[in-house]
Amino acid sequence: MRPLFAMLILVTAMLFAASLITGPAGLSVVDGLRALLLGGEGPMPIVMREIRLPRAVLGLVVGGGLGLTGAAMQGYLRNPLAEPGLIGVSGMAALGAVLAIQTGLSLSAAMALPLSALLGAGMGAGLLVALAGPRGGSVTLILAGIAISALANAGTALVLNLSPNPYAANEIVFWLMGSLADRSMLHVWLVLPPMVLGAMLIWTTARDLDALTLGENAAAAMGVSPTTLRWRLVAGVALIVGPATAVGGVIGFVGLVVPHILRPWVGARPSALLPASALGGAALVLAADIAVRLILPERDLKLGVLTAIVGAPLFLHLIWKTRSGGRM
Amino acid sequence: MLLELRELSVIRRNREVLRDVGLSIAAGELVGLIGPNGAGKSTLMEAAIGLIPFSGVSNLAAMDATARARAAAYLPQSREIAWPVSVEDLVALGRIPWPGSGRSSEDRKAIEAAMTRMGLEPFRHRTALRLSGGEQARALIARALAQEAPLLIADEPVAGLDPAQQLACLRLFQGLAGEGRGLLVSIHDLGLAARFCSRLVLLAKGRILADGSPDHVLRDEVIREAFGITTRRIDTPDGPAILPI
Amino acid sequence: MALRIVHSMRGFVRPSRIIAGWLAAMLIAAGAPVTAAPQRVVSMNLCTDQLAMLLAAEGQLISVSHLARDPRMSAMAETAANYPVNHGRAEEIYLLRPDLVIAGQFESGPTLQMLRRLGIRVEVLPPAESIKAIRSGITRMGELLVREDAAADLLAGFDRELARVRSDHYRGKAALYYANGITSGRNTLAGTILDAAGYENIAGDYGVDSTTGLPLELVVMAQPDRLITGAKWPGQSRSEAILDHPALKKLAPDTAEVTDRDWVCGTPFILRAIEALQ
Repeated sequence: MRPLFAMLILVTAMLFAASLITGPAGLSVVDGLRALLLGGEGPMPIVMREIRLPRAVLGLVVGGGLGLTGAAMQGYLRNPLAEPGLIGVSGMAALGAVLAIQTGLSLSAAMALPLSALLGAGMGAGLLVALAGPRGGSVTLILAGIAISALANAGTALVLNLSPNPYAANEIVFWLMGSLADRSMLHVWLVLPPMVLGAMLIWTTARDLDALTLGENAAAAMGVSPTTLRWRLVAGVALIVGPATAVGGVIGFVGLVVPHILRPWVGARPSALLPASALGGAALVLAADIAVRLILPERDLKLGVLTAIVGAPLFLHLIWKTRSGGRM
Repeated sequence: MLLELRELSVIRRNREVLRDVGLSIAAGELVGLIGPNGAGKSTLMEAAIGLIPFSGVSNLAAMDATARARAAAYLPQSREIAWPVSVEDLVALGRIPWPGSGRSSEDRKAIEAAMTRMGLEPFRHRTALRLSGGEQARALIARALAQEAPLLIADEPVAGLDPAQQLACLRLFQGLAGEGRGLLVSIHDLGLAARFCSRLVLLAKGRILADGSPDHVLRDEVIREAFGITTRRIDTPDGPAILPI
Repeated sequence: MALRIVHSMRGFVRPSRIIAGWLAAMLIAAGAPVTAAPQRVVSMNLCTDQLAMLLAAEGQLISVSHLARDPRMSAMAETAANYPVNHGRAEEIYLLRPDLVIAGQFESGPTLQMLRRLGIRVEVLPPAESIKAIRSGITRMGELLVREDAAADLLAGFDRELARVRSDHYRGKAALYYANGITSGRNTLAGTILDAAGYENIAGDYGVDSTTGLPLELVVMAQPDRLITGAKWPGQSRSEAILDHPALKKLAPDTAEVTDRDWVCGTPFILRAIEALQ
């Protein structure tokens, strides 16, 4: 297990560095890093510090958050199909963010944007847990997720269509597919505190998630309080997915693919899967964000497109396995 | 007393599932809980350990969650294993109520002892989900043993096991009682119950119909009242065999 | 069209008295219609609206598009208030009983086909992205309305004013940057305006000739002396957030300028935009 974590940290660090040196401006590695660390005159420090650094940091924290929440929700619902993007939690967060932007709340107070998204994510996660709780099977989970997603996406589209701003309607793509292009350090500072808080909250559920391996009753008999666990989990997911969606849009499948790939490497223990998935999610989103810049540098290809190309076939595979009765 | 229930009643969906149940289990007792389907055996266990709301008194449900988990281990009827964890990690889950995160020397000792006791060393690194039903049941019992609680409450632990596994399991329980643990075990096979349990509690329609030695509980008229059948009892040197007719 | 519509805006107009006076004179000069000319002309496009209003004889133009009244996009919003508006739908235009419909290239194809099937003469004018195209647009509109003399007058005035406002010396580098990180290159109207005002367009540094996305960091690397952004629309959008990016603020703290309605259409009104840049 140690080598796994060492490797994940190494890969994530390398991708973070690669994200910093990827960009159309064609700065050399040395020049870029010097401008980043030492500053100086001219456009290079602006490019490195104001454009590339926030993008790389957001790739790290948004990806890490999505991986972590995916692993946590799967552990809690005991279902490998649970993922914030697929089951409507991110969609509800996007709705919250869109509402904050369109009502002008985010203009009067910057914190309103992540807070409103957080509220949306909390409602989505709460609704889902209420509908499909740990006793609900895959079918309930997926149906509840479809319903919540549909509702959230329709709400988002409605709000954007009603906007007097001609761009707003076209932004549905961003909210559905996600992008980290042209975000600034302001966004980083806006989302970092709630996301760190959420990660800490989710980390406290690690042992409880392990206990849930044996089922709800056995876990409760081992001292797990179902109510406080649910509360901590929903709050933690909302604190992470809300702000992440507010700045990056809905980046789907990260929380599905990463835990699925890493599960065998941590002996399937939900507690060990949490930090592994956080690192893996960060690596995946950083890699996808580098890829969108390399594949179509001038078109702002959406991140969610890439993650869906990787994730959707895997999702189908998982449904197939669940259908044929096998457990993950 | 490891378990002390008084006037325990459970109402589910406006129906009284358990009514005024009183039951106590001391160290060294292997108590068999028998009764027809729907009598309330599982409900009694769940209420005793505080998983469902009830009225009355349970010494376990009154404790805080951690203290209760250290006082009583519970084996639910559904042998659920959600993830493909290794047998060793599965058994280690029993250490969750204890400090040490499963890695302290005490934890290691308890885990190893439980695995040895259930003969699981050869399967240590195997994925629990890929074991046979009997092996999975043993791994789950080992998990409960690793919890090192003085009381073990097991819901239908031998259901679905082959005769050899059933015998092995009940012998193990007898051994545990011999070491001073208390056990409450629900069981359908009256013959096995009579042979292995030191005491039987017969539950029917949510009430305790009889509580005492197997000979006292398994009288024809009691069985007729509880199950609506007659039985023939054949005494053998290895214990009684009870045939439903 | 859609793109250019959105980076215009109200305000920031510093109209030259000379240009304004001359354009006003053009409007008054509208004389009696010639017999062979179309008598009921409907314009469906913001840009043809303005050319038609500049050139049509009294009573010849019976309807302009609703966008012509939008002060954010239309340089002739006040004049357009005197005309009934249409919304580009075949039914309403048919009911106006036009004998000539003038549309832009981006009007709905099926609508135009339906109008043609109904026996109405439909003429399509391409958008004008260069001085040459603006000149031929004026000439063409003059022909369509059978107002060749008015068109010749307008052209002569346009050429004269252009010669006056056009800058001969180099004023530095400028970047055009709109919502969603879009820039305009040499072959666009905005690029033409920039060029005429004496600026070097940074889009050229990256081989961009048309209107297309340009990564923010390339804008920063080009170090423009002047930053010209699209205007913000009412309501909020994430697309426009890029215009508030700290990197742009650091790049050109005082020089941010905003495009307005004079930048939208290839009409003589671009002269005001050119002059405003100087």
